[in-house]
Amino acid sequence: MSQKSETVVYYVLQFIALSAMGSLLLIALFILKEGFPFILEEGPSKFLFSSTWEPAKEHFGIFPMLVGSVWVTFGALVVGGPLGVAGAIYLVEFTPKGLMRIIKPVIELLAGIPSVVYGFMGVAVLAPLIRTYIGGPGLSVLAASLILGIMILPTVMSISMDALNSVPPSYKEGSLALGATRWQTQYMVVLKAAKSGILASIILGMGRAIGETMAVIMVAGNAVKIPNSVLDSVRTLTANIALEMGYATGRHRQALFATGVVLFLVIMMLNSFAMWSLKERRKK
Amino acid sequence: MLKMDIQKVDLFYGEFQALKGVSMPIQANKITALIGPSGCGKSTLLRCLNRMNDLIPNVRIQGTILLDNFNIYEPGARVEDIRKRVGMVFQRPNPFPMSVFDNVVYGLRVAGNFNKSFLAEKAEKSLKAAWLWDNVKDRLRDSALDLPLDQQQRLCIARLIAVEPEVILMDEPCSALDPIATAKIEELMNELRASYTIVIVTHNMHQAARVSDFTGYMLLGEMVEFGVTSEVFITPKDKRTQDYISGKYG
Ligand SMILES: Nc1ncnc2c1ncn2[C@@H]1O[C@H](COP(=O)(O)OP(=O)(O)O)[C@@H](O)[C@H]1O
Ligand SMILES: [Mg+2]
Repeated sequence: MSQKSETVVYYVLQFIALSAMGSLLLIALFILKEGFPFILEEGPSKFLFSSTWEPAKEHFGIFPMLVGSVWVTFGALVVGGPLGVAGAIYLVEFTPKGLMRIIKPVIELLAGIPSVVYGFMGVAVLAPLIRTYIGGPGLSVLAASLILGIMILPTVMSISMDALNSVPPSYKEGSLALGATRWQTQYMVVLKAAKSGILASIILGMGRAIGETMAVIMVAGNAVKIPNSVLDSVRTLTANIALEMGYATGRHRQALFATGVVLFLVIMMLNSFAMWSLKERRKK
Repeated sequence: MLKMDIQKVDLFYGEFQALKGVSMPIQANKITALIGPSGCGKSTLLRCLNRMNDLIPNVRIQGTILLDNFNIYEPGARVEDIRKRVGMVFQRPNPFPMSVFDNVVYGLRVAGNFNKSFLAEKAEKSLKAAWLWDNVKDRLRDSALDLPLDQQQRLCIARLIAVEPEVILMDEPCSALDPIATAKIEELMNELRASYTIVIVTHNMHQAARVSDFTGYMLLGEMVEFGVTSEVFITPKDKRTQDYISGKYG
């Protein structure tokens, strides 16, 4: 290729890359612009920690939704974290290479299933089971945690698997040569060496769980109240925005954007933490 | 006294036969060296002695390897127990990504020892035996990966000594080290001979001549010649050994 056309290609690619980043930045700015003034106006502590959300009466306290998001996300981690990490260990360590070539793409495919399908499974199968065998309305923190836990599995597993795979085999050999069993080698050396990558996988899974909307709307029940048990219905921050944005106007609309700002900040924080811990690993 | 005895061992990596009817005695409290050109099967043979080859898929091993008259390939033999008795130092130093102290006591913890004062005492003793104590006594809590390479290799020896193996296998333990560090490790081996049986793989003939009591010369998966080191080097019986030692080959 000539020098000239190469320069052209370079600038075209640069333009595309910059406009992609630029539009992300604009979206972020837009949300901030729409929501941030409202937070200041309402007062951050009143907005975050008041429990009454009654837009018609101008009460905008997102505390129940904040708690809802925390419960559901924490539940998803309890379900998906250990399962994902254990699955990753099993697949990396105890599955033949040939089989892995099939399993890895299947896991990545799982990440591509639309969330409405997960939600549908939750409504059609999980919620009735919970209602019949455990109690409560069925659509609940528990149902949302289980569904989200399964939804974050691909993220947790594939990043954990990468972390485990990048542990030098010489560590493992050294451990086995000292008479350690394969399990001892796994938890005393391999897990330790991969821990920052595994932590990152869990944080990214957490980010996914907090941000998930459709499946949660379908299975969490969406009642605006602070849950007393995992069998209670909850509404998350994301669900709140999605459910009300369609008809909200004026201050109500601004309040929803402000909810978006809170969500945005939380996810940004989680992601930077994940990036940081991945970088920690690379440093070693 | 015979510590280990390799009897007619064949080893296949899939279809490829890497060891062909190899036999070799290993005398207790002596240093036995394995020499030969690259790819002749030295590492493969060494890894048979603590069953590290079990980790490679599609490996098939025939023959007998005795450790104190017990066949380590006997069905039902516990690999972990064998590896505690026959330890290994690798070509590239491979300390674990943890503190110096945690590295040294790793094998002890694996074996179920968690008593703090016992571990501390053992760590000091092992580090002293590996001539590393003075270098690291003030930085036991630092990461082992921050040590210079030769100290890392001595740390790997120390963590082996801590579990008191009977045999120590070394696969080109000095190939990542400079001459001064190499000399230190060789000196250390000489010292360790009193308490341990050592088998060392080296492609450096001079090293074999300097440190070992017995030498085996391998070529293309066969044990061409085995004997007392001075005899193998000065009056080799096989023409091929002669060629190798005089530098015509390899
Ligand atoms: N994991 C393996 N799979 C297949 N072939 C191997 C493997 N390891 C070694 N070999 C082959 O076995 C032969 C002996 O290798 P090795 O024991 O490493 O030789 P040396 O240590 O003397 O250099 C070589 O031809 C090598 O290519
Ligand atoms: Mg080798």
